[in-house]
Amino acid sequence: MAMALTRRNLHLLCPIFSARLLTTASTSPITIETSLPFTAHNIDPPSRSVQTSPQELLSFFRDMALMRRMEIAADSLYKAKLIRGFCHLYDGQEAVAIGMEAAITRKDCIITAYRDHCLFLGRGGTLLEAFAELMGRKDGCSKGKGGSMHFYKKDGGFYGGHGIVGAQIPLGCGLAFAQKYSKDDNVSFMMYGDGAANQGQLFEALNMAALWDLPAILVCENNHYGMGTAEWRAAKSPAYFKRGDYVPGLKVDGMDALAVKQACKFAKEHALKNGPIILEMDTYRYHGHSMSDPGSTYRTRDEISGIRQERDPVERVRKLILAHDIATEKEMKDNEKEVRKEVDEAIAKAKEIPSPDPSELFTNVYVKGLGVEAFGADRKELRAVLP
Amino acid sequence: MAASFGVSSAAAANAVKSPALSPPSLPVIRSEARPISCRVNKSRKAGKITTKAVAAQAENPASAASKPGHEVLLFEALREGLEEEMERDPRVCIFGEDVGHYGGSYKVSKGLADKYGDLRVLDTPIAENSFTGMAVGAAMTGLRPVVEGMNMGFLLLAFNQISDNCGMLHYTSGGQFTIPTVIRGPGGVGRQLGAEHSQRLESYFQSIPGIQMVACSTPYNAKGLMKAAIRSENPVVLFEHVLLYNLKERIPDEEYVVSLEEAEMVRPGEHVTILTYSRMRYHVMQAAKTLVNKGYDPEVIDIRSLKPFDLYTIGNSIKKTHKVLIVEECMRTGGIGASLTAAINENFNDYLDAPIVCLSSQDVPTPYAGTLEEWTVVQPGQIVTAVEQLCR
Repeated sequence: MAMALTRRNLHLLCPIFSARLLTTASTSPITIETSLPFTAHNIDPPSRSVQTSPQELLSFFRDMALMRRMEIAADSLYKAKLIRGFCHLYDGQEAVAIGMEAAITRKDCIITAYRDHCLFLGRGGTLLEAFAELMGRKDGCSKGKGGSMHFYKKDGGFYGGHGIVGAQIPLGCGLAFAQKYSKDDNVSFMMYGDGAANQGQLFEALNMAALWDLPAILVCENNHYGMGTAEWRAAKSPAYFKRGDYVPGLKVDGMDALAVKQACKFAKEHALKNGPIILEMDTYRYHGHSMSDPGSTYRTRDEISGIRQERDPVERVRKLILAHDIATEKEMKDNEKEVRKEVDEAIAKAKEIPSPDPSELFTNVYVKGLGVEAFGADRKELRAVLP
Repeated sequence: MAASFGVSSAAAANAVKSPALSPPSLPVIRSEARPISCRVNKSRKAGKITTKAVAAQAENPASAASKPGHEVLLFEALREGLEEEMERDPRVCIFGEDVGHYGGSYKVSKGLADKYGDLRVLDTPIAENSFTGMAVGAAMTGLRPVVEGMNMGFLLLAFNQISDNCGMLHYTSGGQFTIPTVIRGPGGVGRQLGAEHSQRLESYFQSIPGIQMVACSTPYNAKGLMKAAIRSENPVVLFEHVLLYNLKERIPDEEYVVSLEEAEMVRPGEHVTILTYSRMRYHVMQAAKTLVNKGYDPEVIDIRSLKPFDLYTIGNSIKKTHKVLIVEECMRTGGIGASLTAAINENFNDYLDAPIVCLSSQDVPTPYAGTLEEWTVVQPGQIVTAVEQLCR
């Protein structure tokens, strides 16, 4: 388990100082209590005591610091007009991505909406691919043709990256269906926000998943604001974990990576045996909905800084590490400096990558079929020329 | 076999063996008697092709011996195609309302649930948006779902999934995911079903980049197109017509697949090119009888492939006749005819002696009353008049 952790996270690591710290850190189990108990609907909640290890805590810190740094760097790049269009940042919500990764394998599927940069990293994407895609360069994960909202990683089990709110939930249902069809004991996590929780297709997908006992786990990342609308202004019942009615639900403190890990592990076991379950992650985003939203017109700065002081996920893990004497303050600070350097290097490299070739405009529209040349509607690619 | 496309038992045997699609060994019927060069797996193949699709059956030595083939109705042909593909590839599955236990509202999937089970022939709840999305998600992992819209008009509810996810995921993921879905269902005017159940979605879907659209019109091309659509790696929308399900025709016993991007030459001629698809083909053929009696020689082409258009076949025909009449069941505004007119004007303007005439359905919601419904669509008399005016 510990070795798997190291291998999985190695791509995220700068192969010098901290790697040594991580590999030499002990894997002896520590039991830590989650900050809050789980609230359950139609099911018995899992225990508050989570099994972890010093190595895991260090990797949590490292990965979350990397994600945090990446999002903040994306903020600066956007303001420098190197990233255009929409850019939805995930800082504040890193614990959800990290806790989930710790509980599952790459064979399980994750599908999410447009706040997908950090989930992409968690699934094995590299910083270079992420920044190149954000800046629209040809070596981005989607060859520069997708953008911020369309990160995908097929071999990592990451199915995107979708712009239309709620549309990814039926897709996730399809992923779970395919897993049941091929009987491979894996689960699908379909992630959506409190805004999307009011979409009809969610309930349609829930009905189908429950009807056919699909291994589907619906994760509501409740950051309490659907763009500018607070959850109590959009939903009659903001208890999203209860909305499944016949589908059991669990409310989790989404700022506590260990609680998320416990909940996801529990959910995976449940889904493989009994069908769908809803996880509501109580989390928070520091930035606005996207870079075009200041994020302060519908909430107070005190609220944001309050959460940052009391519930910040990275700080919580740092405190845990220091409390259990796993690393010193200085080592942690060095860790962060390395992360910063890694991100800066990735950005510098990404800036050098050229834009996609103009011919890429027409590639990947179709998969070339039975060898018959297509004329007509895509005639810019091929104009009909008669002999 | 290597140099010619055409049905031969050897080719059919080859095709049945391998579920992994390898283009050169697949028997593909082309309806044009012209040598074409097809870039297949980087080697240029000059295909010696058979003549009209109908004639192709007679040329086949294997079946020329006795009365070739077997008679089927169009919905049975669709079912045969579906069943053969499900047999051949375990990843093919069907999603739709009442496709399983009920057997399909037009009996296209009758008996398949008993044979393949409830998971492979999935009875979905009435949630078009979600089960179409589910099909796309399943296709992303490698399954090959066939989605049935009980009536094409219901798929308007799934428009977001079809356009954004089905059509665009291959592009926005930089080629990582292919979406080999088939979306099929009956549409069109007939049977006095009323405005909401007589939709023609070709015009709405035609702008979606990344999907292919085909319309079947005979049992022969219905089976062939169904099989080709399932084998295609691209999302394909297969348009059927409510009134054509009981058409009877003799189709070959051997396995065959029809090209998705190709038009069908129904009746070669010299005076005017009539382009049509789906049910209007029969109105056109009825008008053609009258026209022949009056001394005209129309060339009738069933375009079959609505996206992309087979401008090769169409262009060669225009080069010969210099006049075009488009007869379609779509609405006038923004319909397939409108796009086809633009495409022909852009590409073959030099060959045209007269402006293109496009006969389409009226831009009205389809009324219930029988007489009114008749006048919504193009009638053979109007086609005859149009040809006479064009050929003056």
